[in-house]
Amino acid sequence: MVHKRIVLHFPHRLVDQPIVYRLTKDYDLQFNILKAYVTPQEEGLMVLELSGKKENFQQGIEYLQSVGVKIQPLSQDIIRNETKCTDCGVCVPICPSGALVMDSHTRKVHFYDNKCIACELCVKICPSRAMEVHF
Amino acid sequence: MRTIKEINEKIKKGQVVAVTAEEIIELVKKKGLKRVASEVDVVTTGTFGPMCSSGVYFNIGHTKPRIKLGGGAVKINDVPCYAGFAAADIYIGATALPDEDPRNKVYPGEFKYGGAHVIQEIVAGKDVRLEASAYGTDCYPRKKLETLLNIKDLNEAVLFNMRNCYQNYNVAVNLSDKIIYTYMGVLKPHMGNANYCSAGQLSPLLKDPYYKTIGIGTKIFLGGGIGFVAWHGTQHNPGVKRKENGIPCLPAGTLAVIGDLKQMKPEWLTGVSMLGYGVTLSVGIGVPIPILNEEILGYVAAGDDQIYTQVVDYSHNYPQGIAGSLGEVSYAQLKSGKITLQGRDVPTGNLSSYSKARSIAEQLKEWINKGDFLLTEPVAALPAYDSGYTFRLLTERPLGQ
Repeated sequence: MVHKRIVLHFPHRLVDQPIVYRLTKDYDLQFNILKAYVTPQEEGLMVLELSGKKENFQQGIEYLQSVGVKIQPLSQDIIRNETKCTDCGVCVPICPSGALVMDSHTRKVHFYDNKCIACELCVKICPSRAMEVHF
Repeated sequence: MRTIKEINEKIKKGQVVAVTAEEIIELVKKKGLKRVASEVDVVTTGTFGPMCSSGVYFNIGHTKPRIKLGGGAVKINDVPCYAGFAAADIYIGATALPDEDPRNKVYPGEFKYGGAHVIQEIVAGKDVRLEASAYGTDCYPRKKLETLLNIKDLNEAVLFNMRNCYQNYNVAVNLSDKIIYTYMGVLKPHMGNANYCSAGQLSPLLKDPYYKTIGIGTKIFLGGGIGFVAWHGTQHNPGVKRKENGIPCLPAGTLAVIGDLKQMKPEWLTGVSMLGYGVTLSVGIGVPIPILNEEILGYVAAGDDQIYTQVVDYSHNYPQGIAGSLGEVSYAQLKSGKITLQGRDVPTGNLSSYSKARSIAEQLKEWINKGDFLLTEPVAALPAYDSGYTFRLLTERPLGQ
C-alpha cells in the first residue's frame, strides 16, 4: 500500500473534467481532499491524500500526468522561513495535524513537513509571517 | 554583601561571576541560597515579545532650503509619523499603519506592514522613503520633501518605548462559540487554545518583583544594543496581589526604556502582524540583576513553578472591561503545552519567544563576563508596591458642559 499527499495543478481546460473520479473508478485509489481551489477559466489546485496498491498508485499518477496535470509532493509547499521565525510557538496549538511542535528542552519550534496537511492556518496567524506557501 | 561598585570592579578585572536567570534556579537548588549568594555577582534576565507602546524618534538633518516638518505631514514608506515637534524631528510608532491599509474592513485584517516593520527595516540598514509636506514660513520656506533615508545618515535615531517589559501578563482564552482575533493571537472558540505572553522565569521584572535593583537609569540590553530604563512604564501598577514570594500573580509593573537605535539589530526588533488586530514590534530586552544580598537572590531563584498568572476571557470580559479570572496557572504548567481549565485540557501557545529570551540573557552574561558591560546604580526608584501608585480606568465625562 502507498499512502501519499500530493498537490495537483490542473490547467484550466481540465477543470470541468472528472479527473479524481477516474482515480477511484479506474485505478482503485482512495482519496481525501485536503484542499481545493477550482474556479472556471483558471488553473485549479487540489491537495489530495491518495492511497492504494503500489502499482495502481503509479498508474494513477501516470494517468494524471498523461492528461496534463502537474504533480508536486506536498512537503515542498509550506515552508518555514528560518530567519523570520522567532520560535515563539503561538502556532503550536493552532496546527491541527501536530506538524508544529515546541521542543520542551530548546524551546524552539520544530516543523515536521511530513505531517503538514497544508491547511495554511499557521500562515496568517504567524506574527512574523515565517510560514510561507509555495504552490 | 556586595555593592554595584564592587561588582563593577570585578567586571573590570575579569573576575565577575554572571549567570542567567535560568541557570541560577538550578544553582540555588543544588548549593543553597547562602553559598550561591557568596559566589554569584550578577544574574542576567531576558525577554522577547510584542510590545506595542514602542517607537523611534529621528532627527533627519536640515534641508537646503529649510523645511519645518513640525505641524506638517510626514510618512516613511507610506506609514504616517508624528511631526508635532521642531523642524527636523519626527517619531514613528510601532502600530502606525499606512492610510490605505484596509484595516479590518476585510475581516480579519492581515496588517502586513506598519510602523514596526519600518523600524525593523531602518535598523537593518535598508533605505526607507520619506515623503513630507509643510506649510512654509519665512525662515522655513520649503513645502515639500521626498527623499531616501538611511540610519547611518540620521543625526539621531533613538528607540523610546513608553511601556515595555510587563511584569507578568494574562493568559487569554475565548469562551464564546466563534473564533476571535486579538492582540493575544487567534483564540479558538470554547477555550480551544490558551495564549500567554511572558518569558516567565527569565523575565526581568518577575526576577526583581519589588524593583529593589531595577530603577530609573538602569543600563540594559535593548534591541541588541545598550539602553536604559528611562522611567516607569505607562500603566505601571505595582500594588497588585502578590504571592508569598513577592511575585505578582497578574500584570503589574512596566518599564519605559530608551536606547540608541544605531547600535541595535533587526533580530531583536522585529515587526510582527497580529491577524485581525494590527502591527506591533517584538522587542528584545535583558536586564542585569546585581546580587546585592541573599534576599535579592531569593527573588531571582524563583522558577516557573513558583510564578503564577491569571486566565482571562477575551471574548466578553476583556473587551467589556470586566475584571475576573477563570483560574490561576503557573508558567511551568503553561510551558508544558497544556493547562487544565474547568476540567478540560487546553493547549497553550506563547507569543513571547522563550528561546530568544534565553539568547538575550546569554548575550548579556557574555558582555558582563568579557568586561564589555558595566552595571549602573539606579538614580531613582520605580514606584513601589506600597507607594499607592496605581492604574486607573478612564472616567468619561460628557462634552459641552
